[in-house]
Amino acid sequence: MKTGAKILVESLQREGVDILFGYPGGVVLPIYDELYDSSLKHILVRHEQAAAHAADGYARASGKVGACLATSGPGACNLVTGIATAYMDSVPMVAITGQVPTSLLGNDAFQESDITGITLPITKHNYLLKDSRDVARVVKEAFFIAGTGRPGPVLIDIPKDVSTGVVDKFEYPDKVSLRGYNPTYKGHRRQIDKAIELIVKAERPVIYAGGGVICSNASAELVEFATLLSIPVTTTLMGIGCIPGDHPLNLGMLGMHGTEYANFAITESDLLIAIGARFDDRVIGKAEKFAPHAKIIHIDIDPAEIGKNKRVDVPIVGDTRLVLKDMLALIKKTGAKEAWLKRVKHWKQHHPLKYKKDDSLHPQYIIRQLSELVKGEAVIVSEVGQNQMWTAQWFSFKHPRTWITSGGLGTMGYGFPAAIGAHFARPDLPVFDIAGDGSIQMNIQEMGTAAANNIPVKIAILNNMYLGMVRQWQELFFDRRYSYTELPPVEFVKIANAYGIKGVKVESVDEVVPALKAALDCDGPFVMDFRIEREENVFPMVPAGAAINEMIGGHTPS
Amino acid sequence: MKPHTLSVLVENKAGVLSRVTGLFSRRGFNIESLAVGTCEEPGMSRITIVVIGDDEKIEQVMKQLNKLIDIIKVTDLTENERVERELAMIKVSAEPGTSRAEIMQIAQIFRAQIIDVGAKSVILQVVGDTDKIDALEKLLRQYGVKELVRTGRIGMLRGTKTVGVGR
Repeated sequence: MKTGAKILVESLQREGVDILFGYPGGVVLPIYDELYDSSLKHILVRHEQAAAHAADGYARASGKVGACLATSGPGACNLVTGIATAYMDSVPMVAITGQVPTSLLGNDAFQESDITGITLPITKHNYLLKDSRDVARVVKEAFFIAGTGRPGPVLIDIPKDVSTGVVDKFEYPDKVSLRGYNPTYKGHRRQIDKAIELIVKAERPVIYAGGGVICSNASAELVEFATLLSIPVTTTLMGIGCIPGDHPLNLGMLGMHGTEYANFAITESDLLIAIGARFDDRVIGKAEKFAPHAKIIHIDIDPAEIGKNKRVDVPIVGDTRLVLKDMLALIKKTGAKEAWLKRVKHWKQHHPLKYKKDDSLHPQYIIRQLSELVKGEAVIVSEVGQNQMWTAQWFSFKHPRTWITSGGLGTMGYGFPAAIGAHFARPDLPVFDIAGDGSIQMNIQEMGTAAANNIPVKIAILNNMYLGMVRQWQELFFDRRYSYTELPPVEFVKIANAYGIKGVKVESVDEVVPALKAALDCDGPFVMDFRIEREENVFPMVPAGAAINEMIGGHTPS
Repeated sequence: MKPHTLSVLVENKAGVLSRVTGLFSRRGFNIESLAVGTCEEPGMSRITIVVIGDDEKIEQVMKQLNKLIDIIKVTDLTENERVERELAMIKVSAEPGTSRAEIMQIAQIFRAQIIDVGAKSVILQVVGDTDKIDALEKLLRQYGVKELVRTGRIGMLRGTKTVGVGR
């Protein structure tokens, strides 16, 4: 005899969940009562949104399915942004919410919200449980759906009487049976052959690698493939880390804030090999002018992404790792396309990313110093906006799953709680949240969580007293009319101190490295308030809807 | 932009219909016709949706439908030889006398059945494709259509081909 709540907790453990991020409330009391005696670790956040982001950060850093828990109504609704963030970036996550008892469903009961209805378009799947006997099966299915195929969040809504209801026999199912769910993992052989034929013939090939390479753990295969064939690789924001930052074939990020050389290479290429990427509008700009001379091979596990924004010549539906493995087995080393590689190298040398090197405190300098200090052996999480783009451009990543950012949804306030989650996935590495003064204030209450659990997340606030990216757009496209983007100065170190967290305010260039070292040396959370050049911009920049080789702060290819 | 008739085989579970229709509404599609019912497979239902849109957008919706866990199979009937039918019930004002006789005559031509006769009205039931029902409605309008209800279109491939799970 076991209650639904007990079965839930045991099922989570059977799924290998070792940490749950959550916040208690009325209808989840039976579940929290089970957690009281359980060996399952629970981290109490200060706002449910942070629970979802922490589970997401944990999932991205570990590759496992993250889990979070909230009560009904406001608790569940507060998860929504976190669930949508995970959905847009294909992050495996299971969100569990309490619900009013089944007898009250639909009655506008206290703290009732139709969370399965609300999350319908932002979950891979969701469940409203009605019977305690279904708990084990549904947990099994939820983790299976979240973690397989194209990963994504799954929500389980559990009415209070389902938690308290008693089941005679508890048997955890060892497999799932879902007749409507059969992801394709293995690429079609004929398509792979066609792709190889194009690759062998191509003279100016480029690999465009996205988050799919990271989530299918295909980074090693990707690097092997690119190296074998001497094909330059550009990564999307989500794909960063799949090839080391200092790899000679790495062109860095493409798209709106991509490197000039990546965007030039795409524009001039005659073959684009898209791997686990989805031709997002921030990447491709004006669709017709994206890789206009190229044949396109698109490898992706989700058939709905193929041909969505751009016509594709050779679609290959499958797991990027398995497809790359198959291709590696079939393809032979080709002669390097010397002329093309030389051209790309020339662009790399003559159009590097740059910023003004003077006495003022430039954010790019801070990111560079951090990069050189940790040498890729850290988990770097960002918020959203300029902080995110500067980090993507200037930090040199070495390993997959060490760069964690909200790409698709662009959720400000994501970084700090996601960094908390990432710490539990990678306690062996220092974890940094690169923030702006706007973003950090969206989930600053999590200093409470970090302090209470001594979670050693290092928050580097690139403080320009603006909502910097919006200000940049206002500067460039709205005639410098800074409508509601200026933020009054905040003494972040004092806020940190109030939570019992150490910190330092940095106002000059020579204080940067000591501050970063102090953060690394501190065994708890640490806040750095960098007072940066206020109107620094992220360049180059492709204006929305323009061709990606038409960059502000860019050049014509030499 | 042309009408597409999609046949969607789904698990017969709560919420499936909103999952399906949600994919249309979030893309701004207006569903022209919708019919849902149980089908030859136990535990499954078949949803027939008629929607107007350009081919690429419809293809994208079909791919998205295929991703839903509770959806088993999606077929665009429009691409194939098929039969499509809907049923309508039309309540027409029919005072005893000439108009009633005329209505019954029209019904006969359309092979519609009179399924209820009241003092001042009759109910016609008609089965056919959309055009036929539209035509009948138009003819009956002069007598006063008090109420009209249609089932939504259902369709099936001609010949031995099916849109079932296939086994």
